[in-house]
Amino acid sequence: MTETPAQSAIIVSGVVKQFGRFAALRGVSAEFDAGKFHAILGDNGAGKTTLLRALAGLAYPTQGTIRMFGKAPQDSSREIGYMAHPSLLYDEMSGMENLRYFARLYGIAGDERCAEVIRAVGLDPQLTRPVGQYSQGMRQRMSLARAILHNPKLLLLDEPFSNVDVHSAREMVILLKHMRGSGKTIFVVTHQALLLDGVADEFVWMQQGRIVDRTAIPLRAGEAQ
Amino acid sequence: MNSLWAVTVATLVKDIRLEWRSKDALNSMLFFSLLVVVIFVFSFDPLAEESRHIVGGLVWIAFLFAAVVALNQTWARELRNQVLDAYRVSPAPANGLFLAKTLGNFIFVCVLEALMTPLFVIFYNLHVLGPAWQLIPVALLGTWALVVNGTFFAAMSLRTRNREIMLPLLLFPVSIPAVIGMVAGTTAILTGENSAHFYIVLLLTYDVVFTTASLALFKAILHAE
Repeated sequence: MTETPAQSAIIVSGVVKQFGRFAALRGVSAEFDAGKFHAILGDNGAGKTTLLRALAGLAYPTQGTIRMFGKAPQDSSREIGYMAHPSLLYDEMSGMENLRYFARLYGIAGDERCAEVIRAVGLDPQLTRPVGQYSQGMRQRMSLARAILHNPKLLLLDEPFSNVDVHSAREMVILLKHMRGSGKTIFVVTHQALLLDGVADEFVWMQQGRIVDRTAIPLRAGEAQ
Repeated sequence: MNSLWAVTVATLVKDIRLEWRSKDALNSMLFFSLLVVVIFVFSFDPLAEESRHIVGGLVWIAFLFAAVVALNQTWARELRNQVLDAYRVSPAPANGLFLAKTLGNFIFVCVLEALMTPLFVIFYNLHVLGPAWQLIPVALLGTWALVVNGTFFAAMSLRTRNREIMLPLLLFPVSIPAVIGMVAGTTAILTGENSAHFYIVLLLTYDVVFTTASLALFKAILHAE
């Protein structure tokens, strides 16, 4: 069997995003391959989260276009799993109750899939504690479970390892590696590039609203020595 | 299948569960309405005859102001942890969220009315002289008029800095025809001097027009940045 070349899952063309006078994205153009793991890196204010929100269809470009699998992000909601910096979960409900509700939004009936993804992120589906009483690490995992609930083709994860202990972060990386192996396209915005060394296929470097470099290792050109 | 009905029911059940656990909206509405009853009783010390003429206005003003508390609460819990973004990235129909929120608020305000009406009867020494059964359509249609507009405008003011102030500023002027219908209809029934038929038709027309307009516009409100 011959290996088919990776196709562009996402095509970003000249995307500008302005918030009043401030330009968070300044003409971002890039193509990202399907089935690959892309780590987005950069300083605070570089435009990483804005780019991720634009890819998720939550922020509308002031100029330019985004195509995901040939469609606009807003028409690709079934293909997108989005994990933001906040948990996107109801603090007053248990993890299972949260996922049961979000499952209904995707037309998923029954509890089997919810229990399956909760176990996949290393939590217990029987846990009755409300999410508001979870540790930060548990909340991040449950947030990831919500993002993968509908088995999306594309995962957009905003700082999934922040405030998570090293052990939990490594477990999350292993899970993401496994998902990448099953053909998912993954974008991770992070400040912890070294965690993804050997896992991410490419490191996309952003600075002042632009993509300034794309490398195969978590170091920019000129930093390797 | 994530049909409008399935999403509406799932969101309504979730909202009732959250309110049952926190009782944020119900407690504040009850406390506010109780204050209004007590303050006006001591301010006016009305006779039964006078009460029939003024209580229609008092009741509906109390419920209108109390409903604003619930309306703010219902969207505030969607902003915590940015849970609303999880809905926005899902393929669930926007109107599923709107209908569930409106039905939820309708239930909460009806519960408030059921609890407060006996107090109004006792404190204001009320005896209905007109056809008492007509109070039911006036109450149901009037309550729907308040919550359908209130839910819509609360969603609209969600991303504004002073949303607690914005909501009454947007809601009250638009609600004037409905408030006139509710107050005049209730007074007509209590005094038995006029027929409330005209006001019931007015409220019904108002409800149909504003429910249709809200359903037509809500998707744009939900997905606005």
